[in-house]
Amino acid sequence: MSDNTVSAIELKADRSKMKVSDETAVKLAGVNKWYGDFHVLKDINLTVMKGERIVICGPSGSGKSTMIRCINRLEEHQKGQIVVDGIELTNDLKKIDEVRRDVGMVFQHFNLFPHLTILENCTLAPIWVKKMPKKEAEEVAMHYLKRVRIPEQANKYPGQLSGGQQQRVAIARSLCMNPKIMLFDEPTSALDPEMVKEVLEVMISLAESGMTMLCVTHEMGFARQVANRVIFMDAGQIIEQNEPEAFFGNPQHERTKLFLSQILH
Amino acid sequence: MTMTSASDTAPIAFVRHEMVQAEPPPPSMVGMQGWLKKNLFSTPGNILLTAVGFFLAAWLIWQVVDFAIVRAVFVGTSGEDCRKSPDVGACWPYVQAYWKLFVYGRYPIAERWRVDLTGLVFVVLLVPLMIPAAPLKRLNVILFFLIFPVFAFSMLVGGWFGLPHVETALWGGVLVSLVVAVTGIVMSLPLGVLLALGRRSKMPVIRLLSTIFIEFWRGVPLITVLFMASNMLPLFMPAGVDVDKLLRALIGVSLFSAAYMAEVVRGGLQAIPKGQYEGAMALGLSYWRMMGLVVMPQALKLVIPGIVNTFIGLFKDTTLVSIVSIFDLLGMINFTRTDSAWAAPTTAMTGYLVAAVFYWVFCFGMSRYSMFMENRLNTGHKR
Ligand SMILES: Nc1ncnc2c1ncn2[C@@H]1O[C@H](COP(=O)(O)OP(=O)(O)OP(=O)(O)O)[C@@H](O)[C@H]1O
Ligand SMILES: [Mg+2]
Repeated sequence: MSDNTVSAIELKADRSKMKVSDETAVKLAGVNKWYGDFHVLKDINLTVMKGERIVICGPSGSGKSTMIRCINRLEEHQKGQIVVDGIELTNDLKKIDEVRRDVGMVFQHFNLFPHLTILENCTLAPIWVKKMPKKEAEEVAMHYLKRVRIPEQANKYPGQLSGGQQQRVAIARSLCMNPKIMLFDEPTSALDPEMVKEVLEVMISLAESGMTMLCVTHEMGFARQVANRVIFMDAGQIIEQNEPEAFFGNPQHERTKLFLSQILH
Repeated sequence: MTMTSASDTAPIAFVRHEMVQAEPPPPSMVGMQGWLKKNLFSTPGNILLTAVGFFLAAWLIWQVVDFAIVRAVFVGTSGEDCRKSPDVGACWPYVQAYWKLFVYGRYPIAERWRVDLTGLVFVVLLVPLMIPAAPLKRLNVILFFLIFPVFAFSMLVGGWFGLPHVETALWGGVLVSLVVAVTGIVMSLPLGVLLALGRRSKMPVIRLLSTIFIEFWRGVPLITVLFMASNMLPLFMPAGVDVDKLLRALIGVSLFSAAYMAEVVRGGLQAIPKGQYEGAMALGLSYWRMMGLVVMPQALKLVIPGIVNTFIGLFKDTTLVSIVSIFDLLGMINFTRTDSAWAAPTTAMTGYLVAAVFYWVFCFGMSRYSMFMENRLNTGHKR
């Protein structure tokens, strides 16, 4: 199997369904972050409109994960301003909770709860955070499990599912909270090639439903089909951003060219 | 070396035309015979071990049966009857004469029904609690952990509802053993969980206090704790304030085992990957919900063997209370075995056999139950 099998995955997305509004969903202004002495994010400025699909790529250690984890405050920034859906992230725990309720996140390693069934994984937050009655939460969960095409697995445990199925559950689990924004941190990079497609298809259908999405991914096929903007990061800063056509066809910065030449062969 | 012609070597190309059907395993692998062969007689060394183990077990069992039944004295009225033969076994009449003391201590005879009733309620509430499929779990938990302690306290201590007050100095035997053990077990787990969370807290003051508490209680022997609780504490108390001796021992044992429990639980917490916390936080769960619904259930499940280990240790350590003249079962046996009326070569041995069986049954029960729970809670996430 050659290395570019992944980018050879055929994906079809209907861009006409993806509408960008003129309201701001996420705004990062002059964001800086340090791990001890290490300056990991340097003056990040990024505004994401509702309905936008942003793909973030860049070499390992460039700060992609750190940046999107700042958006739901899994990481704290030290300087600058982050506003999510009109709420500014500060040390105020109430605001952090509000933001987390509105922002779903999907991780590289799924982070499903192994001691709960698939259904319980999906109903946990709606019941305890949104105070939804159990029955209603289960209906919502089944709705989203159907949407990611695994309703028949509802009563199994995560350990009994394949990686691709687990990642689809993780997406459904986030959707059960009815988020306004979805963050994806390399959702397919822990998956075998044949499972990548099933996850990407779910993400495409999500994009078609108008979800605001920020995806860290190296699935360039996905970026071409779905993203309306591709952002390239290196050394903790945004180096270049553009529409996918222009980004892949005519990169400007030397580092972007080097990076693309490495991943696209 | 000879050259092989092309037709001798296996052909490189191969295409399967007929699928091989699944067949049952050969008889040597299945059934009793297969099991014996695989587990007991697979190699000469294994056969030797099986034989040695078998004879050792048979010899041990025979020794116990011989002492407790074959050579034992079953009827009698005093030590005289157990002294008749030079080679006498267990002296059961001694146990018969004293078994009520073993169970209740010096609890007034007319009030012993209160102990029986408390014990009965305890069993009636505990059994459905331990059966996962039993209904009304929530009610059961409330009854057992909130209502029952109040009930047991009022029943055993008395002094209200027309029940005469029974001071704890009169309590003894199995009653005291179980009161100390159950209190210690029920208190130590929640306290230990809180201490473990405290020790991993991001707040330095809480972390420091938890660490000091844990290291203090782990650093002193239980005997010292009990001595201090019973002899030194009264010196520091203002005159007139008198905390019950049994209560002091209960607090000492609970805090002592909570410190051990805290470290066991902390071990479990350390094994939970960071992703579990992040998954929970990203869903908007608060700290306590994240801990209570996601992290703790997994951490506790991982350390069930350690938790039960601590419980079993605690159960056996309750015998130390007899050092501060609280007479638990072992204390009662020690107290009665020297009774001159029952002076016989095997009186003490018989008493200790009773104690050994009592402790073994409870500890083995806990061990088996924990294995059952471990199996049940295994959700197969280790693929
Ligand atoms: N908790 C931490 N403490 C110290 N340094 C960290 C921490 N987390 C990440 N870093 C460092 O910050 C830098 C950015 O990390 P980040 O995980 O954001 O990179 P990334 O772009 O997501 O890389 P990858 O593609 O490998 O996931 C890396 O150099 C990493 O070593
Ligand atoms: Mg990353």
